[in-house]
Amino acid sequence: MSAPAGYFGQYGGRFVAETLVPGLEALERAWAEAKGDPAFAAELDALLFSYAGRPTPLTAAPRLSDEVGATVLFKREDLCHTGAHKITNALGQALLARRMGKTRIIAETGAGQHGVATATASALFGIACEIYMGALDTVRQAPNVERMRMLGAKVHPVESGSRTLKDAMNEALRDWVTNVRTTHYLVGSAAGPHPYPSLVADLVSVIGREARAQFLGLLGRLPDAVVACVGGGSNAIGVFRGFLGDPGVALFGVEAAGEGIGSGRHSATLTAGRVGVLHGAKSYVLADGDGQILEAHSIAAGLDYPGVGPEHAALKDSGRTTVLSATDEEAIEGFRLLARTEGILCALETAHAVGKLREVVGRLGAGRLVIVNLSGRGDKDMGTLSRIIP
Amino acid sequence: MTRIGRALAERRANGERALVIYLTAGDPSLETSRTLVLAAVRAGADIIELGVPFSDPSADGPVLQAASQRALEGGTTIARVFGLVRELRAETDVAILLFGYYNPIFVHGEDAFAREAAGAGADGLLVVDLPPEEAGPLRAACDSSGLDLVPLLAPTSTDARIDRAVSIASGFVYFVSITGVTGAALADLGGIEAAVAHLRARAGGLPIAVGFGIATPEDAARIARIADAVVVGSAAVRTAASGPEALAAYVASLAQACRNPGWRRGG
Ligand SMILES: Cc1ncc(COP(=O)(O)O)c(C=O)c1O
Repeated sequence: MSAPAGYFGQYGGRFVAETLVPGLEALERAWAEAKGDPAFAAELDALLFSYAGRPTPLTAAPRLSDEVGATVLFKREDLCHTGAHKITNALGQALLARRMGKTRIIAETGAGQHGVATATASALFGIACEIYMGALDTVRQAPNVERMRMLGAKVHPVESGSRTLKDAMNEALRDWVTNVRTTHYLVGSAAGPHPYPSLVADLVSVIGREARAQFLGLLGRLPDAVVACVGGGSNAIGVFRGFLGDPGVALFGVEAAGEGIGSGRHSATLTAGRVGVLHGAKSYVLADGDGQILEAHSIAAGLDYPGVGPEHAALKDSGRTTVLSATDEEAIEGFRLLARTEGILCALETAHAVGKLREVVGRLGAGRLVIVNLSGRGDKDMGTLSRIIP
Repeated sequence: MTRIGRALAERRANGERALVIYLTAGDPSLETSRTLVLAAVRAGADIIELGVPFSDPSADGPVLQAASQRALEGGTTIARVFGLVRELRAETDVAILLFGYYNPIFVHGEDAFAREAAGAGADGLLVVDLPPEEAGPLRAACDSSGLDLVPLLAPTSTDARIDRAVSIASGFVYFVSITGVTGAALADLGGIEAAVAHLRARAGGLPIAVGFGIATPEDAARIARIADAVVVGSAAVRTAASGPEALAAYVASLAQACRNPGWRRGG
């Protein structure tokens, strides 16, 4: 048997019900065609520029830099339309769905940012949209539920399992298996069965291309390190892909350590998981010795997931990336630090990357140049944070 | 040939169809499962599809999701599922096909899983989220342990995919009658009939089972006209909640539909 497509080293693949495989094959072909079509690229680029607000700025952070002892610049994905990097992926996939003649779009969402981005892109193209969201997340990210509804999407709260992102993805897969002929499943991270990890990474890799060119333009050299939070891994792979070919640039992924790795209540899949198969791909997963998936935990709904994209698994194993993890508490400290020193309220997901900056600087040595991917803004988290921060 | 192949061949030789009954192991306890399986066998089930519960059954509808959850809450582990198979084997010669998701098998180790399953007395495996492209290692493990590996085919499967699935299949091929999750309503028979006829032409003589959405004896009779085996899952699990007698009566009515040559009149 020939080597299956869609692998990053030993990770990736296509572990789904047979019903979905032809749909995934069709998506793979459609993306290969679209990628090579200059008209598609031109339409996407125009949308990213005039609608989403790309390129996003690379912002110097002098006061924060002083506090952590490095020169830190933020890649401002929070300034994208809808407030996070997720719109870049959603616009690309929605264009592709339209090209494939799909009449309906579904998506899973954790923090609600991907749900909002998908609802936005669907409204823009006039395609019907339904979003699956864990019932717990509909409460802790309530503002985003309202945004999705106002955009005309139907939001389905998912009551099964841990009532978070993992369960939303299960439910979206069940919908897709039923409606695969008419529906595009707009997966929200660089995870899931092939071709999604590649498709999403291709779309969001514009983040890294921009960041690299901007950094070179500003400072005339490359950074020493790039830091991003890792849930499923889309914002991280997006920025990392710009620097994978630059061996002098260290890449740090920051997972959610929740209440601490030792507590068992965390989402640090790459740090503390095992190799397994979840939601269509072989990668690291949080699972017990019988292969049952464990419930993840994080204060950040977008990181609260027991899986991770397969490319991150391969990058970690190869040593190209270094994986760290930030606890809920460290993330809150990161949020406060960024608010106080730079006047930016970031998403709780992003706050994990900020919260680990001191450790990154500790590893690199002082005075280095660091890019942090500021994946999203924090409006959605004000409810959670106002209860915690006096 | 395993018990699965023999059961299908015997029914076929008599001009009958085989009845496959799905029950989730450990729902709600292993002891209850044992009683239910034996009741189904006495009432005429030819093959028992024993579900290995999984925390995230993304191809299952609400009935089988809840069954998996009850089984896991009741403490069902892989070792205990094998224990159940061993106990059943002491009492019945019915064909047993383990039905589940890939992660528990992968984490357990494919070779160890196949070896232990065969050692306990199971006859084959069916893994919902393992398409033929990814099935190489498990196929090899099943071969060395003498287990059948049954692939699923769907209404969306292309000819190339049908051929690939048939090339790795043993025992039978399982045609999923609907694009949907387990427990959804049965689709129109015309479409299923055409799909099964198409599949049969490419299946190289392998028996074809049809499942998903079959709930009533009437459904079973309709499917029996075209398939070698009729699979009933969610409806069996739902009935099993009322106890072994209710399950036995229900299975007997399905078995009647599979044995009664009435399907020949129509076809
Ligand atoms: C702002 C923000 N950052 C990060 C993430 C995590 O996802 P990923 O790892 O795919 O970037 C999310 C997910 O919802 C998010 O909203």
